[in-house]
Amino acid sequence: MSKEIKISAQGVDVFYGDTHAIKNVDLEIENKAVTAFIGPSGCGKSTFLRCINRMNDTIDICRVTGDILLEGQDIYAKSVDPVQLRARVGMVFQKPNPFPKSIYDNVAYGPTIHGLAKNKAELDEIVEQSLRRAAIWDEVKDRLHQPGTGLSGGQQQRLCIGRAIATAPEVLLMDEPCSALDPIATAQVEELIDDLRQNYTVVIVTHSMQQAARVSQKTAFFHLGNVVEYGDTNKIFTNPEDSRTESYITGRIG
Amino acid sequence: MLTLTFFAILALALAFFVIGRSRAVAVVRGDVRLLHSRPNFHGILALLLSAICGIAVLLLLGTMGAVWIETHLLAAILSAQPDMSPIEAELVLSDARALASGGIASKSDPLRLDIAQQVGRQGALHHWGTVVVSLVAALVAGLWALGKISPDWRARNRSETIIRRILMLTAAIAVLTTVGIVLSLIFETINFFNNIDWQVHKFLFGTTWSPLSGVQAGKLDPDKVGAVPLFAGTLMITVIAMLVAVPVGLFSAVYLSDFASHRVRAWAKPMLELLAGIPTVVYGFFAAITLAPFIRNSGEAIGLTIASESALAAGIVMGIMIIPFISSLSDDVINAVPQSLRDGSYGLGATKAETIRQVVLPAALPGIVSAVLLGVSRAVGETMIVVMAAGQGANLTANPLEAVTTVTVQIVMLITGDTEASTAAGPAFTLGFTLFCVTLLMNIAAQRVVRKYRELYD
Repeated sequence: MSKEIKISAQGVDVFYGDTHAIKNVDLEIENKAVTAFIGPSGCGKSTFLRCINRMNDTIDICRVTGDILLEGQDIYAKSVDPVQLRARVGMVFQKPNPFPKSIYDNVAYGPTIHGLAKNKAELDEIVEQSLRRAAIWDEVKDRLHQPGTGLSGGQQQRLCIGRAIATAPEVLLMDEPCSALDPIATAQVEELIDDLRQNYTVVIVTHSMQQAARVSQKTAFFHLGNVVEYGDTNKIFTNPEDSRTESYITGRIG
Repeated sequence: MLTLTFFAILALALAFFVIGRSRAVAVVRGDVRLLHSRPNFHGILALLLSAICGIAVLLLLGTMGAVWIETHLLAAILSAQPDMSPIEAELVLSDARALASGGIASKSDPLRLDIAQQVGRQGALHHWGTVVVSLVAALVAGLWALGKISPDWRARNRSETIIRRILMLTAAIAVLTTVGIVLSLIFETINFFNNIDWQVHKFLFGTTWSPLSGVQAGKLDPDKVGAVPLFAGTLMITVIAMLVAVPVGLFSAVYLSDFASHRVRAWAKPMLELLAGIPTVVYGFFAAITLAPFIRNSGEAIGLTIASESALAAGIVMGIMIIPFISSLSDDVINAVPQSLRDGSYGLGATKAETIRQVVLPAALPGIVSAVLLGVSRAVGETMIVVMAAGQGANLTANPLEAVTTVTVQIVMLITGDTEASTAAGPAFTLGFTLFCVTLLMNIAAQRVVRKYRELYD
């Protein structure tokens, strides 16, 4: 069963100054599926994730070569504005980073700057829908105008996911979204990721192999800047081809 | 000679340090582990005790002795001539002092010569007494400390206690000085209000400021101490200064923190901060000699009459002076906004401008507000620029092109003028007190805002 390809990376290299962080990576990410990047710290999985919405542009010394195609279009082409790209490819970060604004304004921020709502009622609708999809609506509906920074860590992270959804992206990048959360909040976010698969292409970086196994359909194992193995999650975790992958998932390296 | 004694005491104390240290080592025959305190602490304790006792005795005898001699001699003069007024007696005493030191006295008579002799005798006695007693005190204290040295002697704890007290004393000096200044401001203010029969409203709401023109027998005319023109002038110049400083300072902070490359930032920020190092007298000079004529000439070119000293010139230059305060503080708080917030905003597809306007600046707002408030209190208290460039006449006007005067200028005029200090001090100190209250309130407000800000990212 072959699915539609959303993102296709071809021969991607990333340099931080003189450090060669990503080495000639080819990767094809399926549409409306969850793809997990696993690998030991410093293997380049977050760096590669940040290439997909050109977040690395904000780092002066970072240089990206090779092609990354989003629905066939090279996102590093001169004609592509990173600002517009990031509206299509949303991102959720490792540490919850709600803006020091009200919960409502946090979610309304994206739709407002992109002009997605014609009036207040539409904006209210977007905010409610996003918060519902982020599975946090019931907890915050009575205090939408209190600061988002006052929520607990897990709530903040779900708020950040809701904020990313509100911009109506096609792809959602998640950089270790549960590393700052306790097991209960992690379970809630994982459930949420599974739901998001209905509408979005999700790419998640994680240090937890159980998490990768639980939420993803495809898994890529990164090691020292290379993609060592990429395939169906089931296969990677039960019958890996590469000995390094096997060592990592059984806990011998990493 | 007393200075010499002071240094002699210090030398003595130093000697006690060396002796104390080696004695401590000797007491345990070189095995310093047996000592409760390390040898240095034994030395330090001897040093501290001898220096403190010696200097304390020196100060005490030096000052109290002189006072005692003076009261004694005054009593002697008054007993010789009972009908003499105290002021005359003091005159006799100062003449006698002059005679004793071979100077010129207003006149010389038997009483004065007799007192002069006593001055010489007692002065010498007091002098040598002070020297000897203070040296002995230092010696005794040092020897006592040496005598106490034993393995169990807790020299470390004792010397640490003494040092802690010294630190406390230095901190107290700063605090007490502030308290003293505030108290003197308050007392002079009360005196001033007494002088105008507690018509405080005439000071706060009167519109005629000419305090020294209505003086009669040390009594001020309450109708001529209306400070409203000064408040208005201060307010106007402050507003002009902030209109210059806030946009320029804030925008340069935004540029420096979010747009400038590292290399530009590395030299631009110190350059901007250099502005803060320029003495205000130079700014004042610049305002009066360069900017004011320029403003007047350009005003004339478009048919405006502009005074050669104008609120505008003073305000603009003051604004330039305040730019570094606002830009530097704002730059710090803008930099303190976590990169994760910026990333979050970029990750949603926001542009740099949107990110700065809607995420970074609101997050940094409390810090920026406090920077602005600090700038305002600088502007309100600034003196030199306005003395040179704003004018002296108390002129109640809303036109920034006319000369106005400020609270600080009037304080300078009152204190440096040739009116008796006791008369001029009243209004000057009262203005100072008003100024102090305003800047204090502003600083408190700024600190509260900063504290609120600090709680945000912890």
